[in-house]
Amino acid sequence: MLPESLSDNSTAAALADLATTGKLTFGELTLEVAPSDIVAALDRAKHKLGFTRLSTVTGVDRFPVEPRYEVVYHLQSLATKERLRLKARVPGDNPEIESACPIFRSANWYEREVFDFFGIRFLNHPDLKRIMLPEEFEGHPLRKDFPVTGARY
Amino acid sequence: MPIEPGVTSALDVEKDYEKHIKDPKAHRTMVLNMGPQHPSTHGVLRLLLELDGETILKAAPDIGFLHTGIEKEFEAKTYQQGVTLTDRIDYLAPLSNNLVYCLAAEKLLGLEIPPLAQWMRVMLAEFTRLNSHLVWLATHAIDIGAMSVFLYCFREREDILRIFEMFSGQRMMTSYFRIGGLALEPPRGWQKRVKDFIDVFPSRIDQYEELLTGNSIWMGRTKGVGYISLEDMLDLGVTGPMLRAAGLALDVRKDAPYSSYEKFDFKVPTSTVNDVFARYQVRLEEMRESTKIIRQALEGMPSGPHQADAPGIVLPEREKMKTQMESLIYHFKIVTEGFRVPEGEVYQVIESPRGEVGCYMVSDGTQKPYRVHWRGPSFGNLQAIPRLIEGTLIADVIAALGSMDFVLGDTDR
Repeated sequence: MLPESLSDNSTAAALADLATTGKLTFGELTLEVAPSDIVAALDRAKHKLGFTRLSTVTGVDRFPVEPRYEVVYHLQSLATKERLRLKARVPGDNPEIESACPIFRSANWYEREVFDFFGIRFLNHPDLKRIMLPEEFEGHPLRKDFPVTGARY
Repeated sequence: MPIEPGVTSALDVEKDYEKHIKDPKAHRTMVLNMGPQHPSTHGVLRLLLELDGETILKAAPDIGFLHTGIEKEFEAKTYQQGVTLTDRIDYLAPLSNNLVYCLAAEKLLGLEIPPLAQWMRVMLAEFTRLNSHLVWLATHAIDIGAMSVFLYCFREREDILRIFEMFSGQRMMTSYFRIGGLALEPPRGWQKRVKDFIDVFPSRIDQYEELLTGNSIWMGRTKGVGYISLEDMLDLGVTGPMLRAAGLALDVRKDAPYSSYEKFDFKVPTSTVNDVFARYQVRLEEMRESTKIIRQALEGMPSGPHQADAPGIVLPEREKMKTQMESLIYHFKIVTEGFRVPEGEVYQVIESPRGEVGCYMVSDGTQKPYRVHWRGPSFGNLQAIPRLIEGTLIADVIAALGSMDFVLGDTDR
């Protein structure tokens, strides 16, 4: 359910049935959707609402809160130059979410980066492997429980 | 043939080795490894090219050689310390990076930046654009074989670096913009130095044009080379001059003005030809527009403080710090433990010389950012490389790559 404050926002209204919650802070609209709905939400945002540019995809680790990871998508509309932030929360024990690659080809590298740094698996991604770190690297460094001091680091 | 980037495509060719070696008539492709130390990849980009004779069938970029974990490091530094990291992301446009980081933090803090600092930020960000475009033009020309342009461009770049040094004490890693304003007061006599430079600079651009624009070798190497459709570019995440050379006037300075860009009168140069030559023309035009912005900033520079009035965030004046107890306490607290930033998240976007640079900052209310994500323009642009060069000749790869103007520090972070 979306909060009252978003009732006059047309973008939020168009995605209201998919969004679990949302907010408008600093003039930026954030909508949160269930991980299973993310492809539907991105698809509608691109094809119905005109958010044709995917600016970036990233992750946030909310350890120890569950569901632990946030996958964050930043979209932009070329017609109105508006921006939209979509979020999906994925659990820590099985971090999986559907890939956005069929909708935005640029999601390919962005999602590989999230996979590399957070270990979130993107289902149906065409080429899911590490992009920055070497293939044999162990662990996912942007996780909050990744050690930053010690013998190896 | 399905085109997907990936190192695996190169390995498939090696698997067919047995078959090809036994049958001399079999059609055989070759895999060429370009980089990570190839001079035209400007840093450490590795490209795997599958060649059929001279034609490129597949290209697979391999990045990450310059990954330094900057996004992780932000989480271990206080907000103000993080500014120094941003210089090192895109080392050819340090002030653009300082700016986007500071704007993001200031948005979270709700800080009001005084006009002098805003205008100074605009002026120096445009100097950064000139600096970056000059390095691009110099190296792009030398890649294609025009040695002398390199020397002329670096002559002017030296002047810009001296101006940076005058302002911040540093030539490259300036860290001149800080959360709350500028690091130091603008130096005495900066107006003359800036004026001397912009008075002469338009004629310098004419010099570069004289060397290149009508040059038949330059035209032969760049015209009609490196075409990629606008739809592909948008879908693959390309921003900046490449889009503008394809006719789309997408520029954050106009679309969502920041740091009082709305008060400046400038054009967004575009072209519809969409080849390497058009990108060259767009960037040269951008340099002329930047010079105009700098002149407006110089002539209309407001007076006033160079830092916001925010005692707990901005360091007190040196003199006050030595004489007043209150200031000394603030100074000590800011330096030792930083300042708290209210909980929240922002995505601040600005136009860097290479395109859209975005800073996604998440705060949990402590002195250190909970998460900083950097959307580097080079990372988005590089993804289009396979589309850009597949099907073209190997000699055109250098020109096409150069026209992208990527910085590997920005790609790998």
